[in-house]
Amino acid sequence: MIEQIVFYLFAAMLIFSASMVVVSRNPVHAALFLILSFFATSAVWLILQAEFLAITLVLVYVGAVMVLFLFVVMMLDINQVVVKEGFARHVPIGVGIAILMVIAMGLVVGSDYFLAEPYIAKEQLDPNYSNARELGLAIYSKYLFQFEIAGIILLVAIIAAITLSMSKVKINKSINPDKQVFVKKQDRLRVIKMAAEKKDSEA
Amino acid sequence: MNAELIIALPEITLVVLACMVLIIEAFNNDPQHTLTYWTAQASLLITLVLVFINCPGEATIVFNGGFISDAMSSILKAFMCGISFIVFLYSYEYLKEHQSLKGEYFVLGLFAVLGMMIMASAASLLSVYLGLELLSLSLYAMVAMQRDSESASEAAMKYFILGALASGMLLYGISMIYGLTGHLQLAEIAQAVASDSINRSFLVFGMIFLIIGMAFKLGAAPFHMWVPDVYQGAPTCVTLFISTAPKLAAFAMGIRLLVDGLLPLVSDWQSILMVLAVLSMGVGNVIAIAQTNIKRMLAYSTIAHVGFLFLGFIAGTEAGFSGSMFYIISYALMSMGAFGMIILLGRNGFEAEMLDDFKGLSERSPWFAFVMLCIMFSMAGVPPFLGFWSKWFVLKEVVSSGYVSLAAIAVVFSIIGAYYYLRIVKLMYFDKAESMTAIKSSKQMRMVLSVNGMAILLLGLAPNALMALCIAALAG
Repeated sequence: MIEQIVFYLFAAMLIFSASMVVVSRNPVHAALFLILSFFATSAVWLILQAEFLAITLVLVYVGAVMVLFLFVVMMLDINQVVVKEGFARHVPIGVGIAILMVIAMGLVVGSDYFLAEPYIAKEQLDPNYSNARELGLAIYSKYLFQFEIAGIILLVAIIAAITLSMSKVKINKSINPDKQVFVKKQDRLRVIKMAAEKKDSEA
Repeated sequence: MNAELIIALPEITLVVLACMVLIIEAFNNDPQHTLTYWTAQASLLITLVLVFINCPGEATIVFNGGFISDAMSSILKAFMCGISFIVFLYSYEYLKEHQSLKGEYFVLGLFAVLGMMIMASAASLLSVYLGLELLSLSLYAMVAMQRDSESASEAAMKYFILGALASGMLLYGISMIYGLTGHLQLAEIAQAVASDSINRSFLVFGMIFLIIGMAFKLGAAPFHMWVPDVYQGAPTCVTLFISTAPKLAAFAMGIRLLVDGLLPLVSDWQSILMVLAVLSMGVGNVIAIAQTNIKRMLAYSTIAHVGFLFLGFIAGTEAGFSGSMFYIISYALMSMGAFGMIILLGRNGFEAEMLDDFKGLSERSPWFAFVMLCIMFSMAGVPPFLGFWSKWFVLKEVVSSGYVSLAAIAVVFSIIGAYYYLRIVKLMYFDKAESMTAIKSSKQMRMVLSVNGMAILLLGLAPNALMALCIAALAG
């Protein structure tokens, strides 16, 4: 009973914060709501006894990714008026289409299949059961091939990011002190021999 | 475990070689990137040889059902490597001429080929998705590589956003199918679906998402909006790459998902594909007529060809799938030739991307005008060129499966489409050239492009060998 109450509490929080991410006018608020929705998700995962995933979500996404995200949002200084321009104008169409789609999907699929009954909750796991261990076993044995491909995808992402952002043109004007010390007179100064020129008036 | 590794040897070798090319590129100061280019080409050839050696007698599934090696995957992989080899050759020419040579092009290209190979031998939904992401990610970066080009950046942005949307759709479908059947392996999904214990309408619901994701990636109407912009905006060598080998991978994805995984739902996906096929053929062929930019025109022609590709699937028989495979391989050859011609006619600071640039080509170079003629006749489906046979095989299967009216629609649209292919032939032979600038290109480029054009003619004269290969690929 308590578990259900907790579940519905966090599920409602998740839905609310996720929709606020889309609706909120201020990008910083949107990012903060995203953090809240991550927290709610990790709570739901805890109810499902997937404690490793829950902790990872908080540590990695809330701790690292979202902080970076907030930095970017604050640094970019996005003009809110321009971003939200035409929002009110497009709301009726957007909402209309969304409602139509929900109705259409509901007609096709019916509500029978969205209920939780077919998915019986797992009984309480053994206290020694380690979520991290099971996950590790699955990733490194059963899904080894897919895991390796995921690694290669990350490698490609790095290559792509570097290719697209690195430019060979040097931007800052820092000087290599090593080169500076060893500079000789000949490197900087060029003495040119030339015939003396007469002044125009004398010509 | 060792036996498993040997079955995936071509892929593993390609990963190692691609990383080697990356390291060579990092320490290379040569502005021509000669070493990078030749190592990349050598990697493709080595992989090709390994695919041949590794060609299995019967289908083997390894890595806990993640990877399948069968006749179809081997044949497609061989074509992917071979086609990418020629694409790299054309691209090297293009990038050198336009002074935008970057070694990363070849590194990303090799990883894209790897993604395609993984898709070709994917035996689980997860492998299909990861292979697709590997391929797409490399392609996004390749499109965006010319950073100072505004059109390329725009194309990359559109490609990326719509590609991400498509991946999202595909994942929705995958998660629904997984949730219903409880399996990720395609063979097990097929069993579970066939057992009739799962509600069919919910399965179809998930399948529709899969098909939408696939149609996005293939560029079938009405999910085709990104195709013309990306084809036109991307550098020609990248357009060339996108329109050739990845199409084979997309075909493989279709076979894996719809035939290997969801064959019990054949009557459901047939009707969906029918709509997609008719729309694609209609939109592609009709809108292509209005184009003045040849890259954009070829983009619409791709959409039309994808419609034809679906016809083989709609037939729903092994022979139909072989027809589709024949179609996509011959399309890759033709598309390679057509974009190769655009690269040949271009020079530094000038892209021969307008139809008018082909005016009077027969005076400037009678031989290459003839090569282009072969390619265009083949795309239009004029006998005895390769394109005629690919259309013939697909249509024959559709008719024998009883969809006569669908075949009739396809024929009507391909006659409409013939107009814009033949217009290029008319421009080349009957119009006066606007400039008589000599065509400047290396001997290799000329030779390979000639071979490419002649292959279309010769394979058209003797299509049986290729067809036998495609039938062998999908038998059993």
